[in-house]
Amino acid sequence: MSFPLLTATAALPAVGALATAAVPAARRTTAKWLALTVSLATFVLAAVIAVRFEPGGARYQLTESHAWIKDFGVRYELGVDGIAVALVALTALLIPFVILAGWHDADPMETGSRRWRPTQGFFALILAVEAMVILSFEATDVFVFYIFFEAMLIPMYFLIGGFGDRAHEHGEKAASTQRSYAAVKFLLYNLAGGLIMLAAVIGLYVQAGNFSLPEIVQARASGSLHMATSTERWLFLGFFFAFAVKAPLWPLHTWLPNAMGEATAPVAVLITAVVDKVGTFAMLRFCLQLFPEASKWATPVILVLALISIIYGALLAVGQRDIKRLVAYASISHFGFIILGIFAMTSQGQSGATLYMVNHGISTAALMLVAGFLISRRGSRLIADYGGVQKVAPVLAGTFLIGSLATLSLPGLAPFVSEFLVLVGTFTRHPAIGIIATLGIVLAALYTLVLYQRTMTGPVKAEVAEMPDLRVRELLVVAPLIALLIFLGVYPKPVADIVNPAVRQTMSDVHQTDPQPKVEAAK
Amino acid sequence: MSTAAVHSLWTTAADPISKFQAPKIEYGQLSPTLIVIGAALVGVLIEAFVPRKSRYYAQVFISVVALAAAFAAVVALAAGGYGTTKAHIAAMGALAVDGPSLFLQGTILLAGLLGVFTFAERRLDPEAHGNRVDSFAAQAASAPGSESEKAAVKAGFTTTEAFPLLLFAVGGMLVFPSANDLLTLFVALEVFSLPLYLLCALARRKRLMSQEASVKYFLLGAFASAFTLFGIALLYGYAGSVSYATIAQVVDGTVANVDPALANTMGNDALLLVGAAMIVMGLLFKVAAVPFHMWTPDVYQGAPTPVTGFMAAATKVAAFGALLRLLYVVLPGMRWDWRPVMWAVAIVTMLGGAIVAITQTDIKRLLAYSSIAHAGFILAGVIATTQNGVSSVLFYLAAYSFVTIGAFAVVTLVRDAGGEATHLSKWAGLGRRSPLAAAVFAVFLLAFAGIPLTSGFAGKFAVFKAAAEGGAIPLVVIGVISSAIAAFFYIRVIVLMFFSEPRPEGPTVAVPSPLTLTAIGVGVAVTLVLGVAPQYFLDLASQASVFVR
Repeated sequence: MSFPLLTATAALPAVGALATAAVPAARRTTAKWLALTVSLATFVLAAVIAVRFEPGGARYQLTESHAWIKDFGVRYELGVDGIAVALVALTALLIPFVILAGWHDADPMETGSRRWRPTQGFFALILAVEAMVILSFEATDVFVFYIFFEAMLIPMYFLIGGFGDRAHEHGEKAASTQRSYAAVKFLLYNLAGGLIMLAAVIGLYVQAGNFSLPEIVQARASGSLHMATSTERWLFLGFFFAFAVKAPLWPLHTWLPNAMGEATAPVAVLITAVVDKVGTFAMLRFCLQLFPEASKWATPVILVLALISIIYGALLAVGQRDIKRLVAYASISHFGFIILGIFAMTSQGQSGATLYMVNHGISTAALMLVAGFLISRRGSRLIADYGGVQKVAPVLAGTFLIGSLATLSLPGLAPFVSEFLVLVGTFTRHPAIGIIATLGIVLAALYTLVLYQRTMTGPVKAEVAEMPDLRVRELLVVAPLIALLIFLGVYPKPVADIVNPAVRQTMSDVHQTDPQPKVEAAK
Repeated sequence: MSTAAVHSLWTTAADPISKFQAPKIEYGQLSPTLIVIGAALVGVLIEAFVPRKSRYYAQVFISVVALAAAFAAVVALAAGGYGTTKAHIAAMGALAVDGPSLFLQGTILLAGLLGVFTFAERRLDPEAHGNRVDSFAAQAASAPGSESEKAAVKAGFTTTEAFPLLLFAVGGMLVFPSANDLLTLFVALEVFSLPLYLLCALARRKRLMSQEASVKYFLLGAFASAFTLFGIALLYGYAGSVSYATIAQVVDGTVANVDPALANTMGNDALLLVGAAMIVMGLLFKVAAVPFHMWTPDVYQGAPTPVTGFMAAATKVAAFGALLRLLYVVLPGMRWDWRPVMWAVAIVTMLGGAIVAITQTDIKRLLAYSSIAHAGFILAGVIATTQNGVSSVLFYLAAYSFVTIGAFAVVTLVRDAGGEATHLSKWAGLGRRSPLAAAVFAVFLLAFAGIPLTSGFAGKFAVFKAAAEGGAIPLVVIGVISSAIAAFFYIRVIVLMFFSEPRPEGPTVAVPSPLTLTAIGVGVAVTLVLGVAPQYFLDLASQASVFVR
C-alpha cells in the first residue's frame, strides 16, 4: 500500500493540534513555535500533493479507501481532483501566515486559573480547523465530507467567541458580549444549514444506498440510479442551502460581517479565506455533480442571488465605518462573483471561479492581515479614527494599498485574471447578467480607494502620529503574500493547468458545453 | 421471578385439570435479573444487620459486584447465542430472552453501574461533623429543618438504603423491556417506579424541593400506571389473554378458539384501540414524551443529581424497550392505526422539548427538556417499523444513556456554598476557572446537540436514516429543524462557560473521588468512541434487533 499522503496532510495538523493543546501553561512560546512548525510541515505535504498530482490524469488521484461505518454505507474515501489540489494548497499556504500574524493575539491578559491556557488553545484550534478543512476538500464520500463540514464549526466557533480584538470602543465587556453574539450567530446559521443538509444527505442515502461520490455520479450517468425530478430538486436544495450559508450567498450572509468584525484579523482570514471556500468548493463538487439536472433548473435563481450578492455586498462595503466589516462585505461581493462563475456553466466561468477562490484567499489575507496590524496599533476598528498613516508608517500603508488594489482586481495582480474569466464566462451565456456584474468592479474601486484615502492619506491624526511601521514578523507575513499576488497575476498558468481538466470534467457531468461564438449572417 | 410464578399459577388454576404442574423456570437465562434482585434483598438485610459504620462499604461492594456479575451474565447469554439463534420465551411465556432484551439489559446494567459510582460519591460535600457525606439525606424520615434532622446529621447517619433501592429499580428495568405479557409488564413497571419515587425524595440539600418532586412524580406516575392497568384490562377483554403472542394473533385475526366467557367482547376493535392507547400512554409517560412530559422538569430538578442522571438514562432505555416490544410484537397488525398518532407525538415531542428548553435557566431543567426532545428523536426511529428502526433505537439509547449520566455527573461537581450551583447564571466563566470540567461538559453538550464525531451524531443519523427508509421524510425534516433549535440552547451553555466573565462569588468545581471520575471518564470515552468508530456497536445493535415472538 502506498503512503496515505492525503490522510497524512490532514492528520499532521490534527496531531499537531493535540500536541499544541498539551503544552504546559507556562510554555506559551513553545506552543507557538510548535504550531508554526506543524503548519509549515503541512504546507510541505500539500506541496508534495500538488507535485504528485498529474493534470489530465485520472479524475480523482492519490485515492484512499477504507471501510468505516458499514451500517451507514460509509467508506473513508479520499481523492483529489485539480480543484481540490488548488484549495488544499491554498489552505496549507495560508495557515502559517495566520499563525504568524496571530502570534500575540492570544497572550493571556489576566491570569485565570493555573490551567487556563488561551494561547495553546488558540493555536491548537487553528490547526484543528486546518485539518478539518483539508479533509473536507479531500473527501469523495459525501458522509465523510459532511462530518468534517459540520465538525469544523466547533473549533471555528471557539476561535471567534474566545479571542477578539483587545481594544474596543465600548470597553472589554461590550466587546465580549458582541463577540459571543457573533460566535453564536455564526454557529447557528451554519448549524442550521448543516442540519438541513443532513436531511438531504439521508435522502441521498435512501436513493443511492451509499455515499461514494464517484459511484453515485457513475450510476446516475449510466442510468442505473434514477431519481425523480422532484426528489433531485429537493436534495439539491438541501445541499445548496448549507453551502450557500457557508459561502455566504445573499440573503444568508448576515453572519459574516459579525463574525469577521468581532474575530481577530487572523481568525477573520481563516473564516473568509479558508473555511468559506469549502462552501463554494462543495457547490462545484457536490451540487453540480450529484444533481446536474436540478442545478440547471436552479441556475436562473442562483445567478440572480449571486448578482444581488455582488452589488449589495459592494454597496454595503462603501457604507461601512468599520474596517473589518468593510472587508467582510467586500468578501460577500467576491463570493457573489465565485458563485456566478460556478453557475454560469461555462468552462471559463468555472475555471475563473476556482482561480477566484485561490486568489480571493490570498488577496483578502493580505488586506485583512495588514488591516489587523493597523488596528492593533491604534486600538480601533473605525475608519474615522485614522488619517495620514502613510506619512508615519509608509511600509504599512504601501502593503495596505497593494492589498486594496488586489481586492479591486487591478490588472497585474492575481484577482484580475479570475474576475475577468468569470465575467467572460458569464457574458458568453448570460450577457445581461455579465454586464450588471461588472458594476461590482466599479463599486470595488470606490470602497477600496476611499478606504485607503481616508485612513492613509490626508493630515496625520494625533493618535496615529507615534504609530510604528511594520515589524519583521509582520513583514514576513505580508511580503510573501504580495509576492504571490503579483506572481499569479502575471503568470497564472501553474494553477490554471491544475484546475482546468477538473473543470472540463465537471462541465461534462452537467452535460454542458461552452456556447460557441456565432457570426450573424450578413443580410 | 415471583411474578412469573404467580402468573402461571393463575393460568393453570383456570384449567380444569386437577394435577398441579410446576412452572418451568429457565434460571440461567433469567440470571441477570435474579442476581440484581437477589443482591437488592441482601442489601435490605445489610441495612438490618450490619453496623451503621460498615453499611456504606458493604452496600457499595454488593451493588457493584451484583451489577458487574449481572452484566457478565448478559454478555455470556449473548455470546451463547440467546440474542440471535437461541432467542426464545422463558418462564412460561412471561419473559422474552432475545436480542433487544439482552442489548437493553446490558445498557441498563452499565448505566446502573455508573449510577452506583455517582451514588457512592462522598467527597463533594464538605464533611458534616467529621463525617463524609453523600448526596442523600441523613435520615429521610426526619422532617426538613427539624431537630431530629439535626440530630441525624450530627450522628453521621446516611441513607445507605439508596443502594438497594437502585438495585430494585434496575431489577424492574431489566424485566420491563423483556416482559412478554401485559401483567409482567405492569409488575415490572411498578417494581422500578416505586424505588425511583423514593430515591427522588432523598436529597441532602434542598429537601423540600426534593420531596415535592417525589410527590409529583409519584402522583403522576400512579395516574399513568392506572391508565396502563385499565388498558391491560381492556386488552384482556379484547383478546382473552394477556400474552403478547396471543394478543398479536387476535389482532391479526388468526386466533383459533374463542373463550366463551369473553365471546361478547373478543375481537371488539374499540377495546383494542382504547386499551392499546392507554398502555402506550403509560409508556410514553415513562419516556417523557409530550404531552405526557409535565413531570420531567420538576422531577429532574428536585431529585438528587446522581438519581436524576441514573433515572434519565436507565428509565428511558427500559421504557423505550417496552414500547418497542409492545408496538413491534403485539401491535404490528394495527400499525396503520398507531403510526399516525405516534407521528404526531414524535413531532410535538421534538419541537416542544427543543422550544421550551430555550427559556430554561436551570441546568437540570434544561437537561430535562433536552431529554424530552431526545425522546422525540428516538420516537422517529420507533415509527420506522423496520428492523433498522429497532437497531437504530437500540444504538441511540446506548449512546444517549452514557452521555446523560456523564453530563449529570459533571453537574454534581459544580458547587457553591448552597451545594450544587444549578442556576445557569452561576456557570458563567466556568471555562476560565476549570477548563477541564467545562471542556468535558462541552463534549457532552455537543453530543446532545448531535455534532459529528460524537455518539449523538451517529445515533441521530441512525434513527433519521431508519425513519427516512421507512418513508417518514417529513419527520426527518422536522427532526433536523428541532435539532437546530435544540443546538441553540446547548450552545448557549457553552457560550456561558467559555465566553462570559467568571463571577467573583461564582461556584467552584469540586475535586471528586475516582468513583465520579470513572463515571465521567467512561461517559466521555463512550461518547467519542461511538462517534468516531461506531461500526462495532451498530453491528451489535443490528444483530440484536430481532424480537422473538
